[in-house]
Amino acid sequence: MTEKRIPELLVEPNKFCPGCGHGIINRVLAEVLEEMDLAEQAVGSLAVGCACLMMDTFGTDWIQAPHGRAAAVAVGVKRVRPECCVFTYQGDGDSMSIGFSETMYAAIRNENITAILVNNGIFGMTGGQMAPTSLPGQRTTTSPKGRDAELTGQPLNMINQMKQLPIGYLARGSVASAKDINKLKQYIRSAIETQMNGGGYSMVEVLSPCPTNWKMNMESSLAHIENTVKSVFPVGEFVKNGERTDA
Amino acid sequence: MPRRLMKGNDALSEAAVRAGCRFFGGYPITPQSEILEYLSWRLPEAGGTFIQAESELSGINMVYGAAAAGFRAMTSSSGPGYSLLQEGISYIASAELPAVFIDVQRYGSGLGDIFQAQSDYWQATRGGGHGDYRTLVYAPASVQESVDLIQLAFDKADEYRNPCQILSDASIAQMMEPVTLPEMHEHDPNAEWAVRGKHGGDFKRVTSTMYYIEDFDAYIKNKYDVMAEREQRWESVQVEDADLVLVAYGISSRICKEAVKIARAQGIRLGLLRPITLWPFPVKGFAEVNPDVKAYLSVELTSLPKMAEDVKLACEMKAPVEIFLGGAKIPESTAIVERAVSILKEQR
Ligand SMILES: Cc1ncc(C[n+]2csc(CCOP(=O)(O)OP(=O)(O)O)c2C)c(N)n1
Ligand code: SF4
Repeated sequence: MTEKRIPELLVEPNKFCPGCGHGIINRVLAEVLEEMDLAEQAVGSLAVGCACLMMDTFGTDWIQAPHGRAAAVAVGVKRVRPECCVFTYQGDGDSMSIGFSETMYAAIRNENITAILVNNGIFGMTGGQMAPTSLPGQRTTTSPKGRDAELTGQPLNMINQMKQLPIGYLARGSVASAKDINKLKQYIRSAIETQMNGGGYSMVEVLSPCPTNWKMNMESSLAHIENTVKSVFPVGEFVKNGERTDA
Repeated sequence: MPRRLMKGNDALSEAAVRAGCRFFGGYPITPQSEILEYLSWRLPEAGGTFIQAESELSGINMVYGAAAAGFRAMTSSSGPGYSLLQEGISYIASAELPAVFIDVQRYGSGLGDIFQAQSDYWQATRGGGHGDYRTLVYAPASVQESVDLIQLAFDKADEYRNPCQILSDASIAQMMEPVTLPEMHEHDPNAEWAVRGKHGGDFKRVTSTMYYIEDFDAYIKNKYDVMAEREQRWESVQVEDADLVLVAYGISSRICKEAVKIARAQGIRLGLLRPITLWPFPVKGFAEVNPDVKAYLSVELTSLPKMAEDVKLACEMKAPVEIFLGGAKIPESTAIVERAVSILKEQR
């Protein structure tokens, strides 16, 4: 039997809702940083949204950016301290709505940082409003009749926006099953390896449940990712070592 | 030290590098674009980083990151771009980080125009961003003073762990004057609060310090009270016996200085109070003024009066405060004298 060890980076129990995907992603990220011996030189940049609950529970150095600007803040850190492992951790609203420009331009300039974008298809912290990633037909507090793509546009696929750029690493994973979580860990590891080898911009998008605002229990949330979300947002590696893998 | 003839924006940039600034993220806008142009080659030469960001929002947040990492960092902008900086300035102030921001003011609200103006006074001194913060605001009146004040701004930013601003204008930024530059200074980026990975220590969190300071309201009020008390700077010219005191900063103060000379040659007792810090406003300077002064005249290059309110507060309305608005036009010194004379006549 393998030992069940909690990473030391998780200095306090997380504060997310029961069944939230953020907790799993935090755990995976902590494991990767510790296994790669980077915990002592890591600096995270996060903004608002449920991600900001990590500030007290995830024991790396942190900067809290304004809503959407985590990538720009991370760039400021990485450019002056290239020896640090600099990552962003953001929700989809944060990284793809208000912060679309900052997120994209970090990739366009191929900044040597790692971005973790948690796609739960909704604004969690503010109480379940529509996100750029909300699915057509999805009911949210600002699309009470279901998202009308005629009116609001199709869900934003950030991987498609980025994959033609000359960047280091690009993948989309999920927390829907144990198998997915293991793959996600590989993706995050590859992304951080890319950064530490000077390989340029790396981004991992993670499909994650928000049981609270999806108004589903954990099991049905995970089934929803498996059966529905993944068909709009396919998982896998899209750029590896600077090369397209899906071309 | 040899003197050099330099353009305001270039001199300001060189002085920032010599003050140990090693990071700049910003976006072009007239009349401050030479700052980007200069630093684009000069910062890398000095071992620093220059990034032309995709927007002012991004630029200021890069500055936030670099400052949090302990490095001397700055950005600059003008008018519409300065509005975009405000979000970041509020965050940087609330995280109590040192950084320097330059606003080379231009005329008008909205897009406005590129001529010199002093219309951003409230945004600079009242905090254009949300919440409870203040920034030290320095207003240079010459190219040499731009050089001197940006060094001071970096030092004061460190001393108080608070952003500092230079409020310049298109005239001072674009004119050429002889300057003496300081020696090169290297800044140690390894302050104990700087993020760089915890390296065996406790992890650090750069965010609003209100989350971690007990009785934050009292703490923050005291911080800014201390700054307001200690950091007032001004220049006064013949105010002790003046019948009328002009109050002006930056480019308009130079015209006022000339107006004082012209008036004095005619036996009219004008004086000038020139705020060098706009926040804190140099209230103490008013103690030097003739107690029997008949009036003040606030001379501003704006369409609507702004600094005049601070003048009224500072002189406690012991004398009337009149207003001379230049708008986008730099007034003639003789016009200011004329106006002063007519005010004094009315007072009689
Ligand atoms: C400038 C600004 N606008 C709006 C907000 C309010 N706000 C806080 S979190 C949030 C949405 C976060 O959603 P997401 O990034 O998807 O994260 P989640 O909570 O779902 O993990 C918003 C709109 C803010 N803090 N700042
Ligand atoms: S609101 Fe949603 S995203 Fe936020 S902690 Fe709860 S479940 Fe997670």
